[in-house]
Amino acid sequence: MTTGPTAAALRLQIRSDTDLSLVRQQVRAKAQEAGFGLVQQTKVVTAASELARNTLVHGGGGEMELAEVAQGGTRGLRLSFIDSGPGMADVDQALTDGYTSGNGLGLGLGGARRLVQDFQIDTRPGAGTTVTITAWAQSLGSAVHR
Amino acid sequence: MSDFPVIPVGDVLLVSIQGELHDALAVRLQESVTTAVQRRSARGVIIDISAVDMVDSYLGRILAEIAGCSRLLGADTVVVGMRPAVAITLVELGLTLPELRTARTVTDAAAVLGVAMPITDTASSGADRRGAR
Repeated sequence: MTTGPTAAALRLQIRSDTDLSLVRQQVRAKAQEAGFGLVQQTKVVTAASELARNTLVHGGGGEMELAEVAQGGTRGLRLSFIDSGPGMADVDQALTDGYTSGNGLGLGLGGARRLVQDFQIDTRPGAGTTVTITAWAQSLGSAVHR
Repeated sequence: MSDFPVIPVGDVLLVSIQGELHDALAVRLQESVTTAVQRRSARGVIIDISAVDMVDSYLGRILAEIAGCSRLLGADTVVVGMRPAVAITLVELGLTLPELRTARTVTDAAAVLGVAMPITDTASSGADRRGAR
């Protein structure tokens, strides 16, 4: 049932803080559709909010791509946050709690990674940043503990 | 100027956050509450977040800053009605907000603040309804 036109990736602009609200609403709606429980929904929506804010604040804006995925009988969401901003030289440092290049708490990137099952980051100085996360309807542990 | 009902009850301000709170609104909330604390000479602030379905590091920081500003003005802040899924997510996110005082209901929050709470039914109903589901 996830094949066909409805499974096409959805793209949302991230240009303002009202776009962050739209990202949260869309991710919540798709997570509900995919059968995520309340805690799993809340985790993926919160991770999306952190990453979308990074795209806006550190990446100078960009977009989110949302796709439904399935593995075995489990449904999930794959979200990519794409910007063409300054990128990062040291990903490990950026993932460290408390590290921030802005005025945040420095929990966004590392915190988001703990909330989802899979977390990939592709960035180079001057070449923008793409963070891709995958969350499944059933909890399989976080991207950090595995 | 406010999109948020900031309701004075005795010496306390009751603030109920409803629905989706985008960043600019969160900043306005902070200004509204801080201004009201001074204007009403409030001794305490109770923020009901039982209708809030997500707290990220930004909103968490705003809540902590509201508590910090109110503290400087002589009022203590207690956050009530956090949903279990929000609490689980905040802990995994690494945001335990130790400086933020919490309570289960408005009545409990009033007890924490050590103030009389003549009317609690309206503001605590959100948390109570949720508990009954």
